[in-house]
Parts: sequence; C-alpha cells; structure tokens
Amino acid sequence: MTAMLSPAPTAPAPRRPARRPLARALLSDWFVLWLSLAYFVVLLPFLPTLGTPANLVNLLSNAWPLLVVALGQTFVMTIGGIDLSQGAVIGLTSTVAAALIATAGAPEVLSKAPIWGLLIGETGGVLAGRIWFGILAMLIAGALVGLVNGALVAWLEMPPFMVTLVSLITVSAFAIWLTQSENIRNLPDGFVALGKGEIVSVYFGPKDTSQIPRRQVHDLVTYAAIIAVALAVALHWLLERTAFGRQVTAVGANRKASEIAGVPVRRVIVLVFVLSALCATVGSILYSARLEAGRPTLGEGTFLLDVIGATVIGGTSLFGGKGKVIWTVFGVMFFVLLSNTLNLMNLSTFHIDMVKGGVILAAALLDVARTRLLRSMA
Amino acid sequence: MTPLLRFEGLGKDWFGVPAVRDLSLDIPEGQVIGVIGENGAGKSTLMNMIGGIVPPTHGRMLWRGQPYAPQGAADAKAAGIAFIHQELNLFTNLSVAENLFIDGFPRRPGLLRGLIDRRAMRDRAARILARLALDIPPDRTLDSLSPGERQLVEIARALHRDAALIIFDEPTTSLTHRETERLFQAIEGLRAEGRTVIYISHILQDVRRLADRVAVLRDGRLVGEGTIAEFDIPRMIRTMIGRDLAAVYPPRTSVPREVPVLEVQGLSAPGVIENVSFTVREGEILGLFGLMGSGRSETARILMGLDPAERGEARLRGQPLTGGPRDRVRQGLAFVTENRREEGLMMDASIRDNLTLPAIERFRGGLGLDRDRIADVAQDLRETVRLKAQDLGRQPVRALSGGNQQKVVIGKWLPTEPRLFILDEPTRGVDVGARSEIYGIADRLAAEGAGLLVISSELDELMGLCDRIVVMSRGEVVATFDRRDFEERRIIAAAFREATSAGEAA
Repeated sequence: MTAMLSPAPTAPAPRRPARRPLARALLSDWFVLWLSLAYFVVLLPFLPTLGTPANLVNLLSNAWPLLVVALGQTFVMTIGGIDLSQGAVIGLTSTVAAALIATAGAPEVLSKAPIWGLLIGETGGVLAGRIWFGILAMLIAGALVGLVNGALVAWLEMPPFMVTLVSLITVSAFAIWLTQSENIRNLPDGFVALGKGEIVSVYFGPKDTSQIPRRQVHDLVTYAAIIAVALAVALHWLLERTAFGRQVTAVGANRKASEIAGVPVRRVIVLVFVLSALCATVGSILYSARLEAGRPTLGEGTFLLDVIGATVIGGTSLFGGKGKVIWTVFGVMFFVLLSNTLNLMNLSTFHIDMVKGGVILAAALLDVARTRLLRSMA
Repeated sequence: MTPLLRFEGLGKDWFGVPAVRDLSLDIPEGQVIGVIGENGAGKSTLMNMIGGIVPPTHGRMLWRGQPYAPQGAADAKAAGIAFIHQELNLFTNLSVAENLFIDGFPRRPGLLRGLIDRRAMRDRAARILARLALDIPPDRTLDSLSPGERQLVEIARALHRDAALIIFDEPTTSLTHRETERLFQAIEGLRAEGRTVIYISHILQDVRRLADRVAVLRDGRLVGEGTIAEFDIPRMIRTMIGRDLAAVYPPRTSVPREVPVLEVQGLSAPGVIENVSFTVREGEILGLFGLMGSGRSETARILMGLDPAERGEARLRGQPLTGGPRDRVRQGLAFVTENRREEGLMMDASIRDNLTLPAIERFRGGLGLDRDRIADVAQDLRETVRLKAQDLGRQPVRALSGGNQQKVVIGKWLPTEPRLFILDEPTRGVDVGARSEIYGIADRLAAEGAGLLVISSELDELMGLCDRIVVMSRGEVVATFDRRDFEERRIIAAAFREATSAGEAA
C-alpha cells in the first residue's frame, strides 16, 4: 500500500534536464510524422524497393481508405469511446451496395443466398448500374448501425465496448447471411473508378518512346485520394473549429461537467457514432471499388487492429478528451508504412500481425506516458 | 527532550524555483501541530518530503534524533508515519476488516497457511474499531459507509500499524458536522495515547480547536510558529497572507431589488426533499444552510434538472423551469457544483477551453467558431475573476491552485449571462485570499442584478455573504433569517431541530 503516502504518485521528477526535449517531442503534434520519416530513412538502405515510385504510390493507395475509417474512430475515441463495429459496417454496406447495383448476378454463386431473386438476379441488382442510389443505400445502412450504437450508449448508458462488440458480431453475421458468404461481382465501372480511377498519373521513365508501358505509369492523384483528403479536411474543421467539435472533446474530457454546462451530451454521442459508421461506409466504398466486388467479410480479421492501432499511434487518447485529425493522418501514414515494410521483408502474415500487435501495445503505452507527462508538467 | 521530528534548514527546489526554503522546525512528541498556509505556500511539498515522495534539495530531517532520509513511501511507513488524505486510499468494494489488513492478512496456522484467517481478522479489526468507539461491524463493505466513517476506518488503519506520527490533510472537507465532531474526538484520543498529529486545514476554527501548536507557511517559508494561545484566528490570517485582511467578507455593495428571479413552490422529491419553497430576488444572495443530508445540495440538483422532482415547480423570471440541464442553462441558470474536479472542470483541457464551454454555441462565427472572440472573452474573464494564470490557451486547469480552479468554474458561466447562480460550497478547499476574491465576485454578480443561491456548510461564510439564510433540515425548509436577525446559535439550532427531535434515525 504505497499509495497510502502519495497524494501524487506521478509527481514531477526533476531529474536530468535531458528529459525536457524528449518530453516536448513526445507531446508534439508532429511526433508521429518525425517517427515515420525516421523509420523510412533508416529502413531505406535495407529495403531498396521501399523508395521506388511504384511502392510509394502503393503506400498512398493503401493509406486513403484506412484514413477514412480511422477518422471516424478518432471522433469516437475523443468522446472516450471505442467503435469495434466499423469493420462489420464495411462488410454490410459493401454487400448491400453490390447486391443493389451489380450489373449481373452469377446464379451458380448466389442462387442459395436469401437475397437472390429479391435484390439481385441474373440481370443484376434492382438498382443495376445506378451508382448514386447504391451509395445512398450504403450510407443509410451505415448510419442506421451508427444510430443504434449511439442510442444504446447515450440513452441506456451502456459501455461503448459492449455495444459495438455486439454490433460487430450481429452485423457481420447478418452481412454474411445475406450472400451466404459469397462475393458479389460485376460492379459498374463508375463505381470501381471511385477506388481505382486516377486523375493525375506520373511516369518516371525516359521519354524515348511514344508508348509508355501501363505498369510504369503511377496513379498519383486518385478519386480515393481526393475523397480521403476532403473528408480529413472537413472533419478537422468540424472537430477544431465548430461548437459541435468542442463539445465532442468536452464530453470526452468530463461528461458530467459537460452535461451541467449545457452540452447536449446524448446528442453529441449519437452523432459521433453515426459519424463513425458513415466514415466506415465511405471506407467501404473505396475498399469495395478496389476489390471490384461486394464482400460481406471485407472488414473482418485484423482490419479493426489497423484502424484502432493507427488512431492510437497518432496520439488520440484512449481515455477520451484528446483527439486530433492531423494526429490520425500521421498515425495512418505510420501504420501503412509499417505494414508495407513488413511485407517487403517477406514476413508471413502471422509475423506481421504479431509485430503490429506489439506496435499497438507500444502506442497504447505511449498514450499512458503522454498523459502522465502532461500531468506532471502541469 | 528530543523532538519526534526535526527539520533543519530544509529546502526543496523545483527546477531552481524554491517550493520550500530554509525551514527549521521541531515537531514535539505527543502534540497536535496545526500547519496552515495558503495554497502554494509549500504545505504539500513539505508533507511529500516527510512521506519520502520527494527528496529535499537542502537541509535534513531528524526522526527521534536520527537522520531521516526516506527513499520512498515505504520508508516513511516503516518509520511510523501515516498519512490521511482528503481523498482516501481505501478499497470501497472490500470490508472494513479487509481494508485494515490489506497489507498483511492474518493467516491460518499450519498447512492452511495460504488461507486468510477470517475469524482472527474480524476479531482484531473489532478491537481496533472499539478503540475508536466506531461501532460498525468489521464485515461491512466500505461503500456502505458514510465519508466520515470511512475516514475513521483510515485512522483505524494507522492505529493498527501503530503509527507514531499521523498526518491529516484537509480531513473534514467531505464530512458532516457530526462526523467532524467524531473525527476530532478520535484525534484527541490519539493525542491522549501520546501519538503526534500534524493537522493541515484551511478551516482555521478547527485548527484553533484541535492544535497545541501552529506552524504557518507562506511562499515556502516558515513565517510563524508558536502555541495555539498565541495564535488567534485574525493573527493566523495575518501571518498566512502577510497583510491585514480588513475583512474576509467584502462589504455588500448593493441591496436586493423587489423583483423575484427564482420562485420555488412546493418542490418535492420523495425521500429527498419535501415541500420546499423559497424565493430569490434580483440582486439577492440567498444562503441555503443545513447539515449534510438536509437536502440543500439535492435541492440544487433538482433545480438544475439533474435529478427529477415529483411535485411542485420552480420558476425563473416567471417561466417554469423544465427539461434537463441544457434547457435550464439556456433559461438562465448557472451551477457551480460542490466538487469542481468531478463536475466542474475538464482538468487536462486548457483554461480557455474550460472558460468558454458553457457558452460555446454563442461563439459561432461565419465559418465555424470565431476564435478571436473566444480569445478575447477568455482574456476578459481572466480580468473579471482575477485569475492568476499565465497562458490561457495552453495551461491546463490542473496546473492551477484550488482557488483559481474555482474562479474558472465561476467564470465560465459569465458569458451565458445567467440570471440565477447556484453556488454549492463555493470556497471548499480554497485559501483565504482567493476566498475573499470569490466573495467579491459574488457581490458584483448580485450588484449586476443576478440572483445567487449559495449553499455552504460553513455558517460563517453564509452570515458574512448573504442577505437572507434559508435553513433546511431533513429535506424541509425549517426557518428563514433576514440579515439583521443573523445569529449563529439560532441558525444552528434551527438546522438541528428536526434532527434532534426525531432522534438519530438518519
């Protein structure tokens, strides 16, 4: 019972002055960016393919959809919650959209599915080719899941972990049941372009022939990039520059005090969970388009680890009250870079997941360390 | 005779800034020493040095004449020093007996050594409790005890460890009148047994009552020391703040108007309050006095919409108050709750974020929030409530002293232009200087026409500040006193009347 004696166990430790710059670096908004750059530079000599244009473009294209989903998670964590159901929302919305807008259905694959003949047949979905209706349906489905999550957390005061765990299980099971775990192919070209279509491409080779081989042209600016960047800017503005955003932070910092101060706490919580599910839905658009299929298991497995890991590494606190969009942008960069380098090292997926798990643990420890540092400096 | 504990030129620098300097003092054995000083005077640093939490940078300590340099909390405990803090270090899910023996359960003999000897534990716990005249069964879990009883359990733990020096840090902040009395008896019992007590408190009357000697700290220095007979309360205050505080309570600068702001009519919530009625007028400071559990804080929570009322109504400027806190804030209520850490502040957020939260929706500009206006308003608020802070945008509220934190909680409501302020224990844990400033703020708010409902368990405070005092007892309003009729004895009698006539059922 040493606690008996300590009013402040983390009292400031005025040891060596060398601690101060380290502390400042740890608390800086840019910490993870510097960490990523350092990591990149250190590994560059060992992994020559790391710096090639093809790999860099690949890195970016992996980052965009993850960023979109992690932005939603950032909001949920800022109110002190967690959203485990984002992956399930991705699977559900991917399936729903594909079932509605596919231009053809394969009876040998889908005829056993409960939606066969109802939503989709041999001539495609009921909204075959009407991309915008499909996207609207996805957003509605996603928002509904978020609404249920948020309502349960806000009004019944259930823990977010429990609520979204239940959503994760039921929603993903529902999505798998819809197609009996089959993928739905034949998505319209316009939809596929959202994930793959390029707007600006670059070519780094010599200009000695008029024909450039396709694989040497790299997509630099894609629809996915534009969607992700626009969403990040919009959500940054929402969190930092609006009354709603300040209330999100306040609810995470002290729910009770926020309620007494007149913050519409429940409304904020519901909206944040809806926002999180909507972000997952936009992520689902990008992932489904890249895959050129609707897949009920799209957000399963370790995807959740990637989202939560990237958000926490960025610096958003698991304890609530502290979150920034820019942090998550850097966190996603770091995480994508980490996955990429592990792949380049020819490690098996098992090894990769083990390393990722370790890195996320380190990030969570870092969060604890930051919180303590902040308090001790105060 | 060798003193129990002696400080010789003790000092502590934080990054070159002295928190305690050149402090020499003897703590004689078997006495109660009151240690007083404003927040930031160095009391906590001194206690942390005794407790081995922080090492001194200058000087040394002697324990029974031997050099004493604790490397950690365990060393202090081994030497025989126990701390009792305002936030207790007890396990609320465990029983009283388990709490007493948590660091060394009695074991069963022989082969069953791995098991706890529950009977022995209960018996020994019962003996220790009996010494404190604390008649609670050792099997009760802590969460079923009142704050005062928990405090006594903490003392029981120190007794069981046979501590020679017991240090109390603001122990009465969450206790009722009766519990405080019981605590004082326990402390006097400790002294009678020859134990030494260091008693830290902002409540100077309590120090007067308990202490044999007083040590006064200011800016890290020992500025006064002597027997209690030499230190009456005015001298304590003078020594603490280094100047004459003409009056802790500044004179009221305005008189209440006739227009009612808040009219409470027959407000009832079964088992909590019963048929409560009173009126607060514009420019009036109305005190709500009562023992803990009399329904005073509960009334405030119901007015704020945090708890439901079954019958009755409250009107603010003629409009019935309805809905939750959000609706009522919009109607013009402001609520400074009794515990600012849990319900008032975002401790790790900046001062500015805290100051602008309640009115944040009023700062909408063209595209998002108008951040220049937010900064201006925060700056103005700093002046208005005389906040001592460096950087409003970066400094977290946690870094402020208790008094300044309380000023933030009050200041944050001003931009919502409230018509009625509810201040629940506005000066709890606040030092004398800041306390006086808070009273000044209250007076100015009243002068500007707001109504104030001040709840306090310190009658002095209400008598110094209020125009009228409403006394509650067992959930009912039992008396109302106008300022000219203020008389301590009568007000306290009113607060006790119901409780005594109904016996000690509560």
